[in-house]
Amino acid sequence: MAAVQGGMVDAKDEADIKTEPASDGFGNNHANDSRLLSESPGSSAAAGNSKPAAGAPEDQQTLLAVLQFLRKNKLSESAEILRREAGLPEEVLDPKGADSAGSGLGGSADVDGGDASALLSRVTVPAPGGAKAPTKAGEDQPDVNVVLSAYSQQGDPALYQVYYNGLKKFIESVLDCHRAELSQVFYPLFVHMYLELVYNNHESEAKAFFERFSGDQECYYEDDLRILSGLTKKEHMRGNETLLDFRTSKFVLRISRDSYQLLKRHLQERQNNQIWNIIQEHLYIDIFDGMPRSKSQIDAMSGSLAGEAKREANKAKVYYGLLKEPEIELPLDDEDEEAENEEGKPKKKKPKKDSAGSKSKKQDPNAPSQTRIPLPELKDSDKLDKIMYMKESTKRIRLGPDNLPSICFYTFLNAYQGLTAVDVTDDSSLIAGGFADSTVRVWSVTPKKLRKVKTAADLNLIDKESDDVLERIMDDKTASESKCLYGHTGPVYGISFSPDRNYLLSSSEDGSVRLWSLLTFTCLVGYKGHNYPVWDTQFSPYGYYFVSGGHDRVARLWATDHHQPLRIFAGHLADVTCSRFHPNANYVATGSSDRAIRLWDVLTGNCVRILTGHKGPVHALAFSPNGKFLASGATDGRVLLWDIGHGLMVGELKGHTDTIYSLRFSRDGEILASGSMDNTVRLWDATKAFDDLETDDFTAATGHIHLQDNSQELLLGTYMTKSTPVIHLHFTRRNLLLAAGAYNP
Amino acid sequence: MAEERRQKQCSVSLPTESMKAMAESVGVGQLQEESCVALSEEVSYRIKEIAQDALKFMHHGKRRKLTTSDIDNALKLKNVEPLYGFQSQEFIPFRFASGGGRELHFYEEKEVDLSDIINTPLPRVPLDVSLKAHWLSIEGVQPSIPENPPPASKEQQKAESTEPLKVVKPGQEEKGAIQGKGQSTPAPDNKGKEKGLIRLKPRSTHELSVEQQLYYKEITEACVGSCEAKRAEALQSIATDPGLYQMLPRFSTFISEGVRVNVVQNNLALLIYLMRMVKALMDNPTLYLEKYLHELIPAVVTCIVSKQLCLRPDVDNHWALRDFAARLMAQSCKTFSTTTNNIQSRITKTLTKSLLDDKTQWTTRYGSIAGLAELGPDVIKTLILPRLTVEGARIKAVMEGPVVSNIDKIGAEHVQSLLLKHCASVIAKIRPQPDIAEQYRTDYGYLGPMLCSHVMKARTQAALQAQQVNRTTLTITQPRSTLSVSQSGLSGSGGPRTPSIIKVPSSLTLMSPRPGTPSQPSPPATKYIVMGTSSGAASTQQVITLSSSQSASPVTSTVPSATSTLQPLVKLEPGGGPGLTASRPLQKYIVVSLPSSASSLESKSSVLPTSISSAPVDGGIKLERSESPAASTQSPH
Repeated sequence: MAAVQGGMVDAKDEADIKTEPASDGFGNNHANDSRLLSESPGSSAAAGNSKPAAGAPEDQQTLLAVLQFLRKNKLSESAEILRREAGLPEEVLDPKGADSAGSGLGGSADVDGGDASALLSRVTVPAPGGAKAPTKAGEDQPDVNVVLSAYSQQGDPALYQVYYNGLKKFIESVLDCHRAELSQVFYPLFVHMYLELVYNNHESEAKAFFERFSGDQECYYEDDLRILSGLTKKEHMRGNETLLDFRTSKFVLRISRDSYQLLKRHLQERQNNQIWNIIQEHLYIDIFDGMPRSKSQIDAMSGSLAGEAKREANKAKVYYGLLKEPEIELPLDDEDEEAENEEGKPKKKKPKKDSAGSKSKKQDPNAPSQTRIPLPELKDSDKLDKIMYMKESTKRIRLGPDNLPSICFYTFLNAYQGLTAVDVTDDSSLIAGGFADSTVRVWSVTPKKLRKVKTAADLNLIDKESDDVLERIMDDKTASESKCLYGHTGPVYGISFSPDRNYLLSSSEDGSVRLWSLLTFTCLVGYKGHNYPVWDTQFSPYGYYFVSGGHDRVARLWATDHHQPLRIFAGHLADVTCSRFHPNANYVATGSSDRAIRLWDVLTGNCVRILTGHKGPVHALAFSPNGKFLASGATDGRVLLWDIGHGLMVGELKGHTDTIYSLRFSRDGEILASGSMDNTVRLWDATKAFDDLETDDFTAATGHIHLQDNSQELLLGTYMTKSTPVIHLHFTRRNLLLAAGAYNP
Repeated sequence: MAEERRQKQCSVSLPTESMKAMAESVGVGQLQEESCVALSEEVSYRIKEIAQDALKFMHHGKRRKLTTSDIDNALKLKNVEPLYGFQSQEFIPFRFASGGGRELHFYEEKEVDLSDIINTPLPRVPLDVSLKAHWLSIEGVQPSIPENPPPASKEQQKAESTEPLKVVKPGQEEKGAIQGKGQSTPAPDNKGKEKGLIRLKPRSTHELSVEQQLYYKEITEACVGSCEAKRAEALQSIATDPGLYQMLPRFSTFISEGVRVNVVQNNLALLIYLMRMVKALMDNPTLYLEKYLHELIPAVVTCIVSKQLCLRPDVDNHWALRDFAARLMAQSCKTFSTTTNNIQSRITKTLTKSLLDDKTQWTTRYGSIAGLAELGPDVIKTLILPRLTVEGARIKAVMEGPVVSNIDKIGAEHVQSLLLKHCASVIAKIRPQPDIAEQYRTDYGYLGPMLCSHVMKARTQAALQAQQVNRTTLTITQPRSTLSVSQSGLSGSGGPRTPSIIKVPSSLTLMSPRPGTPSQPSPPATKYIVMGTSSGAASTQQVITLSSSQSASPVTSTVPSATSTLQPLVKLEPGGGPGLTASRPLQKYIVVSLPSSASSLESKSSVLPTSISSAPVDGGIKLERSESPAASTQSPH
């Protein structure tokens, strides 16, 4: 028992730790910019001042809060640095620093008003801080006790059932068009009333209340209800993170004005203060003008732990366009020539190609500026790779409903249920697997074997001037088809190759992310920051940056040459289960166990999109190659399609019967492939799914879309494996689909 | 449903008794009831919490099964030290104990002797992870290769064959429309015709690729060829390969045509091979055979009841084939019989009819009795037991009457032993204890006294087995094509015996090198030598080795017999290895190591007259052999 409590204290500490970098993420723009810049070699300082830092008063406030926090935790040096970087006057710190410096790390309640604590509490708002209206922020308190004490208001416990039942009767009796909308309040109301009962030690009433009304709730809340059902005592509430989240973040409902008026009038007539108080305090009702939504519209968007996304949350502009491809001086050869010479590029074709290239690569109006995020410069080897890529893409097969891709399946045999992650390099030459026994294995799937670099002594003997020096440094004696990488101390849950194939990232249960060299097959860096299992990691499409997400509910952005994260994306209410880079590397999408997907701006660290609609933890994400769309798959077996620009759900693909672990668009974006625990690979017609959209102004403005149920038309093929769950999918540059999984007899 | 489950979730918590028991186990004697309640609630909550976290690890481990390591990891999340020493075994059995008004569930923690662990040889190193590539789909079409699952699942095959109209949706709609129309139009003829037209099954195609054609050729050749090793491989392939769906119609035709031809030619060996193919097809879990029963069942029934199955009925062991086919029949009755096709009742009727017919040959009679007996003790009770007196009289007429022909004699003997074998166990169960030979004689006629001794033996066997519940038993899943041997040994095993599984009790040592007391376990491999009583020098013996490994099929090899005179069917040689000395003319397959039974056997067999089959009789039988698979005319479909 003591140990369990210890765990809770730890969790609390962790929460405290979380707040620091979180604020760092969305508050300290200026500092971060300069940091990003200084790290990326060679990129100009132009991006640095793209955003004035200390301009907005809001930012200033946030900064103050951060400073306060640092002072409180006796990190005076950091505070000083931050203060100087932000260009704040020194006296900002002094007057308030005195009264809160005394309270230690323990986290006991120090919430007696006060400017400092009010600010402090703002920082812990887990939702996108910048986007939230500042008025509400003050209500969310950082401390567990305070959070819970909001429940302390007493009402007659026996009447709770009567209240709830009364509301239920009322909602059942209203007009059909309002009923569906008003039914949304049932679930949050139910949870809060139950928790209030539990908090006030009315155990038996709570149990009776739960038994009577839990059956009425939507089936997709079943997982949460299961957690709730276990929670029957006040003491249980202290350590339960899910519940804490439910409390700290307001449950968001979207209700039309008419329906809301109806509800309000009813509650005021009946003097039903108990329910009205809960609605006022714990729910955020996003009222919109216009037609009430239908049941199916509501069901499509609900399911997340914290209700739907507020409309403001998805208003920020997202530059979803692709970056301009760098001009490569070496033009493409014709097919007949490329076979013969790689080096001697014919000069005469250069101008023609350039003109063609510049025409097609006009700056996309939706694309971020080229230097918004400093990107590493292309090396010669990268350019060669780009040329290879272009050559390959000329041979790419044009896919479509009548021209389905061939699927090559890589089965991991004798994995004994231990295969937990797979990745394939972009050029499909290497395949890596992460295993439950903490190992990472790399295979070469081409005849080219894996070789290590020679030892330092041997390298000295090599003629460094020779043309084939890259070939000479390799040690032929070490050639083998697969290599094993040892270093982690827990199951490896995430794995990712760098785009240049020189590095491999792996994230593990042991809380670390490791960077491995594929030249020496040794571990280069262990990135420590997540204290809990790291579920996923991925390299940015341009290398250098990578993102990781784990059980500590945050996603972190790292650069390979920094041992500390550059950004911390905090806001999810439960584990971050998967994280993916946008093709332009300016955004990161994360999926979570709270059944929501968030899109984060890498530059500012802000959350720019919250996408709700999944009914289970999200386990797979994929951006379409043009950057406009996002596909997500969850344990509920559904694939949802999202328009990033509008922040709208644009499609639902039903068919899988188990968790979807992998999603991938074909290279041209015509086909979406999904792989699942139900041992199938399914192919969907992505072109049709996105073309059928009717995005008139109204739907774009309100976000109320009518989803047609056309999964069956969009499903192009289902391919069963023989008892092998599909955990990774990859389209080669020529649009051959590779799938991988472990045979599970 | 979900509601019910949820409501249960709410109330699930550990009982307070468990708390008490756990407290006692750590030395806390008196625990207040209130503290028990508080503890159990707290513990239940924590356990649920940990289970929920462990589920996360399972999901990220891409597994469907929660393992102990998931729970360890979940404990680690909570900063609790994980439990050490647990191996994620497949299954940790819970034991149950009660006493003193308390019930406990626990699992056994055995003390482990470290020196034992050190001294045990290391297990084989598990195979290393390897990567294998195959084509899951080629331009949208899934190739049918062994790496891919069979194109049609068993359910799909079933749906196709049982409800062909459901598969084709448009047809269904049409049918409904026409029914509606039929009500309005007064012409019933028209309606019927249209309905008939629509009812046509959609034609299913069974196109074979070149590979499949080659495979079919190889398999069928191996199945009826001379190389036993190849045949075993081929049968193994038929029994396990998931992609045979497309070839099923060809196999079925191959078998039915094969039986038809070989019955006429009296080719016993080929018939056996074909029946083994049927068996292999039935063993294949991915095949849905129902569509082809109309071909397979006649073939099997032919092999049970055909008047003649071999060239020399007096010598060749066609009885084994009948037994084997009867077992197949019983198995297919069990698997495929439904209220609509009534296979079991139709088969029963057919067999009973031939049993009741006075003119039935001994061979057919044997077959019908074997076929009925395999259907279970209930069938024996209702259909065979009442016939015992009549059959007894018939046997007596042959045994004790004037010598008609050797073939009849052999037939009668086989029928007798068959009846004794099957009836004894049933009678042992339904008849009250005192077994008096005289009473048996009045009840069952000529067979009475023999039955009495068999029943007594069965009872002692049952008692013996009850004592030796924990002894290792040798389980052989293969149909015992020649296991008429264990006549008395089996009678003790309780319950209806499944046709394909026999438990050879440990007390029954068959042809073991040492005579062995009943309590000694049998050696892993036991040899049965089965031959016919032969007069010709060219007769063959089948040596069947039953190994203890369950999957192995009995390896049947034919050994040319060297001796020209009467052959012992089974050589009983205590002390020595199985040899082929023709010392005593035994007429039976029964080899039981119980001293009493062995002596009785000897005495019995010495009593039996051992006449040599003569050429004229042989020829006579040849004349009246069945010209066609008689049973196939009465087959279902």
